[in-house]
This record gives sequence, structure tokens and C-alpha cells, in this order.
Amino acid sequence: MAEVLPREVLICTIARLLDGVRHVAVGASSPIPAAGAMLLRAMKEAEGAVGPRISILGSVEHNFFTNGSAELFDCAGQGRIDAFFLGGGQIDGFGNVNLVGAGDYPRSSVRWPGSFGSAYLYFVVPRVILFREEHTPRVFVEKVDFISAPGVSPDGVFRSGGPIALLTGKALFRFDKTRPGFELESVHPGHDLAEIKEATGFRFAHDAEPRQTALPGRATLDLLRGRVFDELAETYPEFAAQMRRELGTVDA
Amino acid sequence: MAKHIEPGMRVALPVDYAGVSMAMTRPIIEHGAGDLDLVCVPTGGLQVDQLVGAGLVRSVETSAVSLGEAGGAPRFNAAVKEGAIRLKDATCPAIHAGLMAAQKGSPFMPLRGLIGTDLLRHRDDWRVVDNPLADGGDPIVLIPAIKPDVTIFHVPMADRFGNVWIGRRRELAAMAYASQLVLVTVERIVEENLLADEMTAAGVLPALYVTAVALAPKGAWPYGLWGEYPTDSAEIARYAKAARTADGFAAYMGQAQMESA
Repeated sequence: MAEVLPREVLICTIARLLDGVRHVAVGASSPIPAAGAMLLRAMKEAEGAVGPRISILGSVEHNFFTNGSAELFDCAGQGRIDAFFLGGGQIDGFGNVNLVGAGDYPRSSVRWPGSFGSAYLYFVVPRVILFREEHTPRVFVEKVDFISAPGVSPDGVFRSGGPIALLTGKALFRFDKTRPGFELESVHPGHDLAEIKEATGFRFAHDAEPRQTALPGRATLDLLRGRVFDELAETYPEFAAQMRRELGTVDA
Repeated sequence: MAKHIEPGMRVALPVDYAGVSMAMTRPIIEHGAGDLDLVCVPTGGLQVDQLVGAGLVRSVETSAVSLGEAGGAPRFNAAVKEGAIRLKDATCPAIHAGLMAAQKGSPFMPLRGLIGTDLLRHRDDWRVVDNPLADGGDPIVLIPAIKPDVTIFHVPMADRFGNVWIGRRRELAAMAYASQLVLVTVERIVEENLLADEMTAAGVLPALYVTAVALAPKGAWPYGLWGEYPTDSAEIARYAKAARTADGFAAYMGQAQMESA
């Protein structure tokens, strides 16, 4: 097994979470989700299958929209977007996401940019992947200070979408909307359950000895380090260059 | 063109990458009409931060305000903390829906999502009703029409008849349809009628909706303009650093060199 960078584990995990989607949308400054989507496309095409359509917001090259910035949301409302990524200044154990600010709204002590399209997309995109590399109690809180987008909705409220997983720099969680809550699916190499409990402000279900996040095989790594980083460099040149620099230091 | 702007007007401004008329920012600040209610379509950045920093803004309706890779919008964030501006936090499709309602001359547009969010809880102008076409239940949010007094944006070209080329940036048309006044700066003014050729006509906002056009080469700078030039990230980062304090902001805005090198 070749050495694998932590971010390569994240990219490969995202590709796995996206398996089966027809159309995935990626936010403007999200190189890791974009790489995961591109990796899935490359893997599918290597098998002779049809890869997912990828829309990268803010990119001219990877953008099919001709009806202005409203079209992504219209497209999602029509059920034409199967997967999307959301981050968050705070994410809580009920899957609620806060992109607005910490402290008492409206005079937030720390103001983040704002909710963007989350208050809509979280409701109508079937496979929303929560992604935040920073895994600390400041991000993963018991209860968010402001709900930009709720993890679950009461019966009777139209909801064709929502969170399916939470991926962090330390672990992968699955979201169970019936509880609602997160369940630890796997732990990335170099981390352990005790550390994850310490770093997570909400309670989550877990096995006594959680398994390790699956590592990519040689063929997947070759695709990632070749074609995918080339494609990624068109939209995220700095990120692709940084990954390649880091790879220069491992046995690739 | 800034003389069109009067105190208390509702002003619609486009997202970073759609064509921001940065060339209009300083004339607006020098003109000095305040108490503006900004509508960011659907998010805001440098221009919003500078108008807030200059003290001209009463409220901001937006889905987000940031300087992108350069980080948070410093004067906006400071004004939020001080309670100096009223916030109308929204979500992108709600802003588009409000403009769409205005475009159709309808009082509102229904929108999915939003129920259970704190956005909705803080918006006394949004309403929840049961879908009248369902057999009962099915709550849905009504977004009132957004009718700006003035829309301001920058695009590559206009013709001498006042038609402006917006290409696939259709939100610029949506803003224009909804607004009383539409002020447009352009990189160049062409001789031929843009409506005369089918290839260009489809991407044209007709003069019918345009109040005034002014020539402003590099008018989106330091933002980029689609099909023309990239964003000057170094300059935006320079602003982000300078504007961390009110004094730094004033010094930055007072510099003579406010154009692309």
C-alpha cells in the first residue's frame, strides 16, 4: 500500500459517498468536494460507465447554466441535482447548520458570510454531504446559535432532501434522520474514538471499536494523482499544486 | 449617474462574478445619498462593504456578504457587531423569487424550504400559508416582490441605442425588470445595434429597461468581468487587510490610486 495523504482519504471518501448520483453541484471554494466528484467521474469512466455531471459554481468551464445564478436553485427544485455539500460555522447533533454567526443574532459576536442557498438546498437535494475539515468543539456544537438550515423537518413539511453524512478531518459520520442524530461510521487513519469524542460537542452513536475509514487502492490513487489533479488544476490551481507538492514528499 | 441615487432608496447590486460596477462605488460615496437599503442579488462583497464602511447604508438584504478568498467583509461585519445596520438575512433563491415576483407584477412568489430556519423566524415580511391547491396542510413560504428603486451593474458592452449585453448573466435582467431605475457601466460602446443580430440579441437587455449607460473601462476592477478579465485577488486582499479598522478603511478609500494599475 502506498502512503496516502489525509486529504486523499477525504477525497476518496467523498467519491464513495457520491456513488450513483447523476448530477452533483459543488460550491465555489470547495476543492476537496470537487476533487471527490471528479474522482467518481474518472472511476466510472475508467469502468466504461457514465460518470456524474458536475456543476462547479463560479467556474466557467464546469458550469452548464445559462440562466444566471437562479438556475442552480431552480434546477435543484426540479429534482435535477442529486448531491450537494454544505459546510458551516457550526453544525449540531441534529444536523442543523449555522452559516450566519456565533452569539445572539442579529448582533453576532462573530459574523460569518451568511446562509447562501442552504435554507433551500438542504430541503430539496436528496444527498447533502456535510463537510468540514476542522473537527473541534467550536464547530461541532450541541446546539447551533442560529439555524440557517435544519437537519430534519416535522411531518407535513415538504422535504425531499437533507443530510446523509458528515465528513470531517478526523472521521465519517452517517446521519440518521429518524433519531435524529449522527452515528460514527469510521475513523480516519491516525485518529481514535477518544480523540473524536473530545473534539465533538454533540453526542453521537458509535461502536465500541469503530472501524477505520477505507483507504483507496492503487488504481484509485493513480486516477486521483493523474487525471483528477489535472482537471482540478483548471478550477483550483493552488490546491492542486499544493497536493502535488505534498505528494512529492511521500512515496508516490 | 450617481445623481440618480436619493437618500432612502432601495438599491440592488449583483453578486461578485456577475458584473459589479465598482466604478460607481466612489461616485456614489462622493454623492453621499445615505439611508440606503441594499439588496444583494443574491450575495454581496467589496462594493457592499465599502458602501457600509462609508456610512451610507441603513439595511442589507442578502444571502451572504464576504470578500471570497480574502475572507470576511470587515466593515460589514463591524457594522453588524455594532448594530449599525439592519439585517435582512435571506437565502439565495428567496432573493431570486422576490425579484421574479416583481418581474411578473405579482405580489409574492411561493418558495419551498425555509420552514424551521431562523431566517424565517427573523423575517416579518415573509409569510407561511398552507398550499391552497393541496388537500390540506403543506405549508409554504411566500416571498414578497422585491422592487428596488435602482439597480447598478457593469457589463462588457452596450450599443449606442442603449441596449446592453448581459450574456448569460440573466440575474441582471431580473434585477432590471424589477427596478425603477437601471444604471449600467460598460467596457465599451459599439456602433452596431445589438438587437439586429440574433446571436447577440438573445443576450441583450433592451434599452427599454435601461435608464443610463456610462463608459467605464475596467469598471468591475478589482473584481473580474466574465469574458473580459480576471479578478485582481491581490487588490481585494489588500483592501481586506486595510479595512480591518475604520481608519484603515478611510485611508484606503482616500488613496488617489483607485484604479487598476
